[in-house]
Amino acid sequence: MTDSHTEITLSNGLKVLLKEIHTAPIISSWLWYRVGSRDEVQGRTGISHWVEHMQFKGTPQFPANLLDKAISREGGLWNAMTYLDWTAYYETMPADKIDLGLRLESDRMMNSEFKPEEVASERTVIMSEREGSENEPLFMLGEVVQQTAFRVHPYHHEVIGDMADLRTMTRDDLYNHYREFYVPNNAVMAIAGDFESDKMLARIRELFESIPSGKEPTRVAREELQQHGEVRLSVEGPGSTSYVQACYRFPAASHPDFFPLTVLDSLLAGPSNLNMFGGGISNKTSRLYRALVDKELAVSVHGGASATIDPFLYGITMTIHPKRKPEEALAVLDKELKRAQEEKVSKEEIARAIKQARAIFAYGSENITNQAFWMGYAEMFATYDWFRTYLDKLAKVTAKDIQRVANEYFKPQSRVVGTYVPQDGKVR
Amino acid sequence: MDKRKSLPGPNDIHREILPNGITVLTRSNFNSPSVVIGGYLDAGALFDPDPKLGLADFVTSALMRGTKKRTFDTIYNELESAGASLGFSSGVHKSGFHGRSLAEDLPLLLTLLTESLTTPTFPKVELEKLRAQLLTGLDISAQDTADMASQTFDEILFKDHPYSRPEEGNHQTVKRITRDDLVKFHREHFGPRGMVIVIVGAVEGAEAVKQVKRSLGAWQVEDQKEAPALPPLKMLKKTVRKHHRINGKSQSDLVVGTNGPMRRDAEFMPASLGNNILGQFGLMGRIGDVVREKAGLAYYAHSSLSAGLGPGSWEVNAGVNPSNVAKASELIVGELKRFVDDGVTPEELKDSQENFVGRLPLSLESNGGVANALLNIERHDLGLDYYQRYEGLVRDVTREAVLNAARKFIDVEKLAVAVAGA
Repeated sequence: MTDSHTEITLSNGLKVLLKEIHTAPIISSWLWYRVGSRDEVQGRTGISHWVEHMQFKGTPQFPANLLDKAISREGGLWNAMTYLDWTAYYETMPADKIDLGLRLESDRMMNSEFKPEEVASERTVIMSEREGSENEPLFMLGEVVQQTAFRVHPYHHEVIGDMADLRTMTRDDLYNHYREFYVPNNAVMAIAGDFESDKMLARIRELFESIPSGKEPTRVAREELQQHGEVRLSVEGPGSTSYVQACYRFPAASHPDFFPLTVLDSLLAGPSNLNMFGGGISNKTSRLYRALVDKELAVSVHGGASATIDPFLYGITMTIHPKRKPEEALAVLDKELKRAQEEKVSKEEIARAIKQARAIFAYGSENITNQAFWMGYAEMFATYDWFRTYLDKLAKVTAKDIQRVANEYFKPQSRVVGTYVPQDGKVR
Repeated sequence: MDKRKSLPGPNDIHREILPNGITVLTRSNFNSPSVVIGGYLDAGALFDPDPKLGLADFVTSALMRGTKKRTFDTIYNELESAGASLGFSSGVHKSGFHGRSLAEDLPLLLTLLTESLTTPTFPKVELEKLRAQLLTGLDISAQDTADMASQTFDEILFKDHPYSRPEEGNHQTVKRITRDDLVKFHREHFGPRGMVIVIVGAVEGAEAVKQVKRSLGAWQVEDQKEAPALPPLKMLKKTVRKHHRINGKSQSDLVVGTNGPMRRDAEFMPASLGNNILGQFGLMGRIGDVVREKAGLAYYAHSSLSAGLGPGSWEVNAGVNPSNVAKASELIVGELKRFVDDGVTPEELKDSQENFVGRLPLSLESNGGVANALLNIERHDLGLDYYQRYEGLVRDVTREAVLNAARKFIDVEKLAVAVAGA
C-alpha cells in the first residue's frame, strides 16, 4: 500500500488521518470512537452496539427516513460496527459526493435524538439480531468460552449484550452513553481516496472543529486475574455436529510478542486475515490442518486472534469429524502445540508466513475502503504506525522468538476448552 | 478523476477466443501487485442424475485433491506458500473457479488451474476424506434456518423442475456417489468448449492471454456433452406454504416470493430497479421500513432478484422470532400487494436510478469486482461496452416498465411461502 499520509489533531482533540489514493473516483471516510463492549457494566451490556444502531435513527437535520435514502441516492455504501474496544462508522461514496457523508458524521456526533419510540422499535430489532446469533452453535459456544475466560475484565460479554439487559435498558441509559463517549477528543477520523488533502482538511475543520470537546471518557480497566488451571466446559444444543474451541490468552496487539505469535498462528492454522475488505487464503497445509483434518479427526480447523487494547484470546476452533470424539482431536492439537514448543521452526517456514502476509496485504490494498479502514482501526489499539511497519516487524521474527512465545502463551493451564455437544446425534 | 474512464469497456478489456474454444477476457490494473482469475465451464448440477444429486459439487470439490503430477498436499503447499488461493465450485448450469495471487505467481496459479481441470486423479483416500466433509457440511446446513428456508422455497417454486434440487445433494445421494461416477462426470462434461476465463490485475492483457494459451491452449476433449434443455416451469396456481421444522432454534427464517426474470429478459433492469425500491434501497427499502423500522420484527428483512440463465426468482427474506412469523409474512405480502397495485413513485424511481449509477464504481474498485463484471458480460452476452452504457440503460427505465415487470411476475395470490425453524 502507498505510504504517505497526513496526520493532524484538531483543536478539539479530533484526530484526523488522510491518505490520497487516485486510482478510482471513490472516497472512503471512517469515524472511529473509542468505545466498545469493554466500556459496559452489568445491566448495560450491549449498550455500545445499541447506541450504534440509534445513530441511524436520525437528527433534526437528517431525520431517520432521509438519512439512509440520502446516502443511497448518491450511490454510497455506509455501515457501522461495534467491537470490544471501538465503534466505527463509514461511508464509501463517489468522490464528488463524500461531503454528504462528512456532514452526516459531524451532525450525528452530537445531535442524534434517541426518540423513545425509536428506542422501543430498535430494542426488538436487536433482540432479533441476538436470536439470529443464538441459532449458531459456534456463537453459543464462543459466548460461554469468553465469559469463562474473563471474570474480571469487561471483555467477558458478547458485543451484542445479554438478553436480560436488552430487555431492560432505558432510553436515558443509551443517551447518556452516547453523550459520554461521542466527543471529538474520543474519536479518530480516517479518510482515503480521490481527494486533495489540503482541501479535505479544510472541509473537516469547517464541519468538525466547532464541536466542543468533552470530558475525557473513563474506560473500564479491570485487569483479568491470572488463570490457575485449565477450564473445560460444554454447551449443549441442536444439531449433529460437535465443535471444540480451545482459547489461549494472547497479549495486547501493541505487545512485541504479538508478531511472533502472528507468525506462529500462520504456521499452526494458516494466516489470519485481518483485512475487513479483501479475502484471505486457505489453510490446507498448515500444521493443524495436516494433523487434524488430513488425519480425519476434524473436518475443519481454524485459528485466529484479535488485535485488542488489552490481552484477549487466541481461539482454535475444530469441527469434529462425525466418526471421532472431541477428546481425540484435542489430544492431537496438544501434540502439535508441544511440537511447536519443543522444536524450532525452519527459516523456510517463517519466510513462507511472511510471504503469505505480504500477499494478503496486497489483496487488501486493491480496495480504498480497506485502506481507510486500516488507518482508523490501527489507531484503536495502537497507532497507524503499527500497521505501516507490520510486515517489517514480521520479517524480524526469529525461530527462537517463535519457540519462546509457543511456550509462554500456549500453556494448557491458562486455557479454556469448550465443547459443543449436539443433542440430535451421538457424541461418542 | 473521470468516472466514465474508470469503467471497464472495449478500450481496456482484451477478449480473445482460443482455437480450442476457450474465451479469455483480461483487464490490467497496476495499482496493486495482485491478480485475480475467475471463470466457468459448462459442467453444472443440471447434469446430476437424481439418485446421485451432488455429483457436480463432489467433482468440483475433488479437482484439487490430486493430479497426475501433484498430490493434494503438494498442490496446496505450492499455492499457500505463495499466499495464493484457488478454488472450484458448482452451480446449476456451470462449474466455476476463482483464484488470486501476487502478479509474480500468476504462472503458478494457471499451472495449478490447468492440472486440476485437465488431469485430476480423484485419489480414493482423498475422496473418502472429502465425502465426510461434504456430509458434515450437509449436517450443518440442515441446522441452518436460512439454508433450509431457501431450499424449501425452491422446492415450492420450482416443483418438478431441476431448479428445485439442492446442488449439494443429500446424505443418501452423496453416500452413493463412487469414484467411477466422478471420473465419468469429469470426462464427459469438463472441456474447453464453453469455458471462459478472466484475468484482472497487474499483468498486461497480451501477456495474460499468452499465459492462458501456454497452459490451456492445447486442451482438447472429444464428445464433450451438451447441457440438457430445461423443462418448462410449472407456475403456482395458488399460494403454497411449507414449514420446515428445526427444533431448538430461537429464530426462524422466512422466504416469501415468486418467479423472476432471466438475466437477459427485457424486464430484468426494470425489475431490478423496482426490487431496489421494494427491499434494498436505504435500509432494505419498503420491506425493511415496514418489517424492521416500524414493526421492529426483524434484524434483516429484504428482497432480492435471482436472475440467471434460466427462470429466476424474486424473493423476500426475513429472520424473525418464531412467534412473529405470521405477522411478518402478512406485512410482506401487504407490501408486495402495494408494489403491484400502485407501482413506484417518480421520486422512488429517481432515487433508485441514482443509486444504481452512483454505486457502480464502488462495485468495480477491486480486481475481484472487475472479474465478476467481465464474467457477467460474457455469461449474459451483454457486450464489452455494457458498463459504459449502463447509466443510460438505468435511466431509460420508466415507472410503467417497473409496474409491468412487477405485474408480470408477482401475483400475491400465488406466492411461495417457506419457513424454517422451530
